[in-house]
Amino acid sequence: MIPEFGQYALILALCVACIQGVLPLIGAHQGRREWLVLARPAAQTVFFLLAIAFGILTWSFYINDFSVLYVAEHSNSQLPIIYRLGAVWGGHEGSLLLWIFLLSTWTILVAQLSKALDEFMVARVIGVLGLVSSGLLLFVLTTSNPFTRLLPAAPDGRSLNPLLQDPGLVFHPPMLYMGYVGFSVAFAFAIASLLSGRLDAAWARWSRPWTTAAWVFLTLGIALGSWWAYYKLGWGGWWFWDPVENASFIPWLVGTALLHSLAVTEKRGGFKSWTVLLAITAFSLSLLGTFLVRSGVLTSVHAFATDPRRGVFILIFLVLVVGSSLALYAWRAPKSTMGGKFSLSSRETFILLGNVFLVTSAGSVLLGTLYPLLIDALHLGKISVGPPYFNSVFVPIMIPLLVLMGIGPWTNWKNTNLLTVIKRLWLAGLVALLAAILIPLMMGEFTWLAGIGFLLAFWVIASGCLQIVRQAKVGKPTRSFIGMQLAHLGIAIFVIGVTMVGAYQEEKDVRMLAGETVSVGGYQIQLQGVNKVPGPNYEAMRGTFLLSKNGQPQATMYPEKRNYFSSTMPMTEAAIDTSLTRDIYVSLGEELGDTSWAVRVYYKPFVDWIWGGCLFMALGGILAISDKRYRIKLKKLAT
Amino acid sequence: MKPRHKRALIIIAALAVIGIAALLILNALNSNIALYVTPSEVAAGKAPKGQAFRIGGMVKDGSLRRDGLTVHFVITDLVKDIPVAYTGILPDLFKEGKGAVIQGRMDAQGEFIASEVLAKHDENYMPPEAKHALEQAQKNGNNNGNNNGSNK
Repeated sequence: MIPEFGQYALILALCVACIQGVLPLIGAHQGRREWLVLARPAAQTVFFLLAIAFGILTWSFYINDFSVLYVAEHSNSQLPIIYRLGAVWGGHEGSLLLWIFLLSTWTILVAQLSKALDEFMVARVIGVLGLVSSGLLLFVLTTSNPFTRLLPAAPDGRSLNPLLQDPGLVFHPPMLYMGYVGFSVAFAFAIASLLSGRLDAAWARWSRPWTTAAWVFLTLGIALGSWWAYYKLGWGGWWFWDPVENASFIPWLVGTALLHSLAVTEKRGGFKSWTVLLAITAFSLSLLGTFLVRSGVLTSVHAFATDPRRGVFILIFLVLVVGSSLALYAWRAPKSTMGGKFSLSSRETFILLGNVFLVTSAGSVLLGTLYPLLIDALHLGKISVGPPYFNSVFVPIMIPLLVLMGIGPWTNWKNTNLLTVIKRLWLAGLVALLAAILIPLMMGEFTWLAGIGFLLAFWVIASGCLQIVRQAKVGKPTRSFIGMQLAHLGIAIFVIGVTMVGAYQEEKDVRMLAGETVSVGGYQIQLQGVNKVPGPNYEAMRGTFLLSKNGQPQATMYPEKRNYFSSTMPMTEAAIDTSLTRDIYVSLGEELGDTSWAVRVYYKPFVDWIWGGCLFMALGGILAISDKRYRIKLKKLAT
Repeated sequence: MKPRHKRALIIIAALAVIGIAALLILNALNSNIALYVTPSEVAAGKAPKGQAFRIGGMVKDGSLRRDGLTVHFVITDLVKDIPVAYTGILPDLFKEGKGAVIQGRMDAQGEFIASEVLAKHDENYMPPEAKHALEQAQKNGNNNGNNNGSNK
C-alpha cells in the first residue's frame, strides 16, 4: 500500500504544481491579489507532497520492498544500509525524483527568504518554478515512475552496480543536483523580470546570492564527482572529459560567467540583456545535462529507441523551455545592451572579456560533447571525440582568462588608468616569472607546459595577495571582497594541482611477485603478499604493499580486487596514500598466473590541490553570499 | 573614444576570441577524432591508415593469451577476426565473450596495437559500437555481397 501513497503524492504534487505555475503568473499579470497570494502556500504544498513521495521511496529501500520495480532493480537485501539509502538516487527514476524534490526545496527557500521582495515579483518567480516543476513531474509520472510495482515481488533485488557502492554515491549526486537545479532560481528571476519589465539593479541584487549558492553546490558536486572517479574507478585520473562530466561542467562555466555578469548588473546596471541570456542559458544547459545523462542518449543516440517516450518527452520539454524563454527574451529584453557608460579600460570591460572566454570555452566543450551524437544521428558514421580535443581547445582558451584574472580585480568601475594598475602589479609579474622558472627546476625538469601553468597560477596568487594587503591598509575588507579573492585563489590552487600532475606524475604498470619492489617518484613500493579477505557482500583479494622512502617505511597499503556476490564483475579498489604534496596510488590488476600480479602504481604530485582548489572556490562563494549588504538590504526593504 | 567606436572595439575583440577558438576547434577536431571501424571493415582494408582509430566488437572466446604484462586477444564481429595486442592492465569489465572497444593503430604485421581498452560501466551492457559492429556483420552476411553499399 505504501508505495501507492507515494504515487498518489506525486500526482497531487503535479496538480498543485500546475496551480503554482499558472495562477500566480496570471494573477501577477492581471493584478489579482487573490491569485497572487496562492504562490507561497502552493509551493509549500508541493514541497510537502514531494517530501512524502521521496520519503516513501527511501522507506521502500530501507525495508527492502522488492515489489517496487525500481527497488528490485537497484538494491538487494545484502546491500549495507547506507548504500541502500544512496541507491534511492542510483538509477534514472530515483534521481529524477531527487531532482524534482531539490527543485521544490529551492522553491520553498525562495518563498521563505523573499518576504521583503514585492509580491508580484515573488509570485512570478514561484510561478516560473512551478511551471518547471509541473513539466518534470509530468515526465516522471508518464515515463519514469519510481513507484511502478513488480508483481509478483522479486525474492531479492538485482543489486546496485558495485561502482556505485561507495560513500561518493551518497553525497555526489545530491550536491551536483542541488547546483544544477539551483540555476532554476536564477532562471526564474530572469524570466520573472522579463515578464514584469523590471530588469533593474534590485533584480540583480536578488538573484545574485541565489546564483552564487547554486554555483557553490555545483562546484562541490563536480569536485566530489572528480574525486570519486579518481579513487574509485581505479584509473587514477581526475577528469576524463567524459560526456557525463562535461554535462555538469558546461553549466558550471556558463554559471561562472553569469556570476560575474550579475556583478556588473548589480553595481552598474549594465549588461542586463546579457545577464538574462546567461541565466536562461545556464538553466537550459543544466536541463540538457540532466537529460543527456539520464536519457541514455549518450551511450547511443539510438538508445532513445529503448524507451522512445522518454527521449521525445525530453526533447519537447527542452524545446518548450528554451524556445519560450528565448521568445520572451527577444520580445522583452531591454534594447540598450551596454547599460551605464564605461571606458575600454574598466572593470566592465574585463568582466565582459572574461565572460566571452568562459562562454566560448563552454561552447567548445558543448560542441565536442554533442558532435559525435550529431554525426551518429545523421548516419555519417561513428566517431569519438577524446580528451586530446578538449585539452587542445579548452586549455588555450583558459590561458588568457587567467591573465585577465590577475588584472581584473584591480580595475575600477567605469574607468581605470591601466598604467597605474600595471605599476602596482609588476611585483606580481616578477613573482610569477620566478615561480615559473624555479618550481620546474626544483621538480627536476623544465617543460613549457609546466612553466606556463606556474606562471599563471602564481600570477593570480601574487596579484590577489598584493590586493588583499592593499585593501587591508585602506580599511576592513568586505566579505564579498574576501570571497572573491578566495575563489580566485582556489582557481590558482587548482591550476597548480593540474600542472603538477600533468607535468610530473609517474605511472607504472608492472608485474610483481611477493617480495618484489617497484620504485616511483622516489618512493619504493614492495608487494608483501596477496590474501583473500571477506567483505559484507563481496569477497576480495587484498594486496599488502609496504611504501617506503630511502629505506624508511612510510605506510602499508591495501588495494583490493573485489568480487561482489550479486554480480559477475570484479571491482578494483585502489589504495591511496595521501599527503599535502603527493599521492601514492596502488591498484591491483589481475593475477597473471604463477602467483604474480599485474600492479599499477602512480606517483601523483599535488593532486589533492585540484579538489582543494575547488573547496576554496566554494568557500569564497559562501563568504560572498554572507556579505553584509545582502542582509542590510533585506532589512531595509522589509521596513 | 566615442561610444560607437568603443562598442565596435569590444565586438571585434569578442569576435577575435571566438574566431581563434573556432580555429582551435577545427584544428583539434581534425586530428583528434577517432573513427569507429568494425572488424569486417578493417579486414576489407577500410581502416584509416597511419591514424589511430577504434574497433568495436566482441572479445573472442578462448583467444586471450598473456605474455607478461602484454595481452594478446582477438576482437571479432563473428565474421572477421582482428588480432590485438595490449600492454598494461585491462579494465575490470574486460572479459572473453563480452563486448569491448579498443583504440590504437595497425602495425605492419596486421596486428592491432591497442593504446586503450574500453569496457563500460555495467556488466549487462554492450558498448553500442560493439553491438553496431555485430549487427553490421550479420546484415552483410545475410546480403552476402550482392548489395555491399546498402548498410553504410
